[in-house]
Amino acid sequence: MLDYKDEWLLDMGGMMEKNLEQYYDPTSLYARLRLAQMKRAWKKENRRKLTLWERTYLPTLVSGVWLTSKHFFYNLMFHILHLFGLAKDVKAAVTYQYPEKPRPLSPRLRTRHRLTKRADGSPRCVACMMCETVCPARCIEITAAEHPDPNIEKYPAEFIIDLGKCVYCGFCVEVCPEDAIRMDTQRLDIAEYSREEMIYNKKRLMED
Amino acid sequence: MPKLSIDGKQLEVPEGETIIRAAKRVGISIPHYCWHPALPVAGNCRICMVEVEKQPKPQIACYTPVTDGMVVKTNSPKVLEVRRAVLEFLLVNHPLDCPVCDQAGECKLQDYYMDHGQYDSRLADMKVKKEKKAFAIGPTVMLDQERCILCTRCVRFTEHITHTHEFGVFNRGDHSVLDLYPGKKLDNNYSGNVVDICPVGALTDRDFRFKCRVWYLEKTRSICPGCSMGCNITVEWDKSRPHQFKHARVMRLKPRHNPDVNSYWMCDKGRYNYHFIDENRILEPQFKNDVMSWDKAIEVVADTIRPIIQANRADKIGVLASAQLTNEDLFLVRQLFKETGAQVDFRVPEKPGEGDEFLLKADRNPNTAGALKIIGTDVQAEEILKKARQGAFEVLYVFGADLVKLLGTEVVGEIAGKVKLFVYQGSNINETCLWAHLNLPSSVYAEKDGTLTNCQQKVQRLWPAFLPLGEAKADWEILSLISEKLGKPLGYKNSSAVFDALAKKVPGFAGMSYEKISDSGMVLS
Repeated sequence: MLDYKDEWLLDMGGMMEKNLEQYYDPTSLYARLRLAQMKRAWKKENRRKLTLWERTYLPTLVSGVWLTSKHFFYNLMFHILHLFGLAKDVKAAVTYQYPEKPRPLSPRLRTRHRLTKRADGSPRCVACMMCETVCPARCIEITAAEHPDPNIEKYPAEFIIDLGKCVYCGFCVEVCPEDAIRMDTQRLDIAEYSREEMIYNKKRLMED
Repeated sequence: MPKLSIDGKQLEVPEGETIIRAAKRVGISIPHYCWHPALPVAGNCRICMVEVEKQPKPQIACYTPVTDGMVVKTNSPKVLEVRRAVLEFLLVNHPLDCPVCDQAGECKLQDYYMDHGQYDSRLADMKVKKEKKAFAIGPTVMLDQERCILCTRCVRFTEHITHTHEFGVFNRGDHSVLDLYPGKKLDNNYSGNVVDICPVGALTDRDFRFKCRVWYLEKTRSICPGCSMGCNITVEWDKSRPHQFKHARVMRLKPRHNPDVNSYWMCDKGRYNYHFIDENRILEPQFKNDVMSWDKAIEVVADTIRPIIQANRADKIGVLASAQLTNEDLFLVRQLFKETGAQVDFRVPEKPGEGDEFLLKADRNPNTAGALKIIGTDVQAEEILKKARQGAFEVLYVFGADLVKLLGTEVVGEIAGKVKLFVYQGSNINETCLWAHLNLPSSVYAEKDGTLTNCQQKVQRLWPAFLPLGEAKADWEILSLISEKLGKPLGYKNSSAVFDALAKKVPGFAGMSYEKISDSGMVLS
């Protein structure tokens, strides 16, 4: 039973002590982050000065052109060989004409969520909050309500997924006892003009 | 005094004690559904079977009295097998609707299945379904007969605790159902308790229905402020998911066991009296309907009071304290106002509520006993109000009392016109706020660290569940800030320091401290 949820706010002195403990514990996350930060700062300060030859930018330019042309001629050669039916086991790079022609996706790939429906078109979801509980990004917000049918009892009055926060871990699909949420829409290109539009509600999640 | 051993632990218990109670003494918990420490024994769930040496069959721990030299095993292979079989039997017709069940997460069936069950279902047939799924059986409780395991705890509760006899088990065999007697409704003042004692999700709370899953809830020990009984409760709240239940933090209240005060129970009036914690709150100080910073608001009070005190006319200050305040708040009222000579009383003329013989008291203030000790009764609140109406006061300071409700709009308007400064310090918006010149937001009991004194003269502790809403502050903190602005700081850093000073100054509280009060409370000397 946690009695002082806000103890660290109520008691600033205690908070300082707690942080000090963390600071002296080299295994703590705090200490490790602090160490990484110090390393970065050291590297920035002690950065090597560029020589005159390097400052002409010629060596990096040449090595860049070399790398690009290497890939170009490599792919060109193998595509020509493939035309003649040779060296078929060596792969060569292919360009997809996205977005006109989307790349084929594996059916197992976790893509944007959808809410599955019952025969009458209402959501299968019973608002048990399992997905909301398991979600590591805390992007799911369900508001439960009483269903008119006492055999269903509970249904989501609102079901919100904030795709701006979602990490596509698929835990929500895994944990669902009703098979009510799936990540099989094959939609990956989710782009909106504002953060608010990234928040999908029940209606949008049930569209497909 | 028979001596026995339970799982190898030797103990001596009084004559006639049952095995389950004896085991509890040494910290061994035996699974149980129908047994409840405050109810008579029924012995029908059979999950509490234990092995007693020299007895061929396992015995139920809840009804077997201990005898001298008894050797009890609660975890032998035989006991575990019996427990598993009983659990399988209880779960045969139990629906698997945990996802929609409000009890999920605090359900004894789930707990014991994970501890002792973990079998694969052997049932080939369909589960027996009852006629109706969930339905309301009164203003506060829903009944789902399919989930019921017929432990009869609720039947015994209405029989022996409330004596209202609403519940009964009807029919026989797998036709038996828990139901109300024909024509009855479960609407006594203690109906919420049947939800607490139901070990499964058969009886659930209509008020809490689908609001929140129980595993989100944080629990804070507190005292019910609903009446002078001061029932021990836990405030169950969740701040992390504001979308559920209209941004409210408190989801429900549950009784907390205290054998001297409320045993395991609390009344419905107290149980559902929590909405004011999150609704209709005063969020920031307001001076004549304008929002003001705390610094300025305190200055307004101090600037008005200072010349009055300096001119030795402190009796021109009228203070209506309240028995809703904690002992700490009242002590500050005493130090800041009473000791400077202001007219202070806490007995605002309220209409007394209706009490009953069990827990609910007619006096609806949780701290009347404490206020009597700390503030005393030398001034009458009615007199203060009368004088205020006559214009005898320059400052009227009201703590939380809704004067408009008590006296009517005209009287309060008259008072507001006659005093120089009318301060209302309270947690919730009411009509008095509209008349008060200055509104100071104070925190509610769930946000306070403090103590309350109940009608048994017992000083009981409140713990803060969360920080105050908006810019509200605890009453003692506001008064302490005023004292600083007045130039004679009382200098309290936290409520524990206030209580220590209170214990030194006020007879009756002598020798008390937060550590000593802790969970069980201390009686005033």
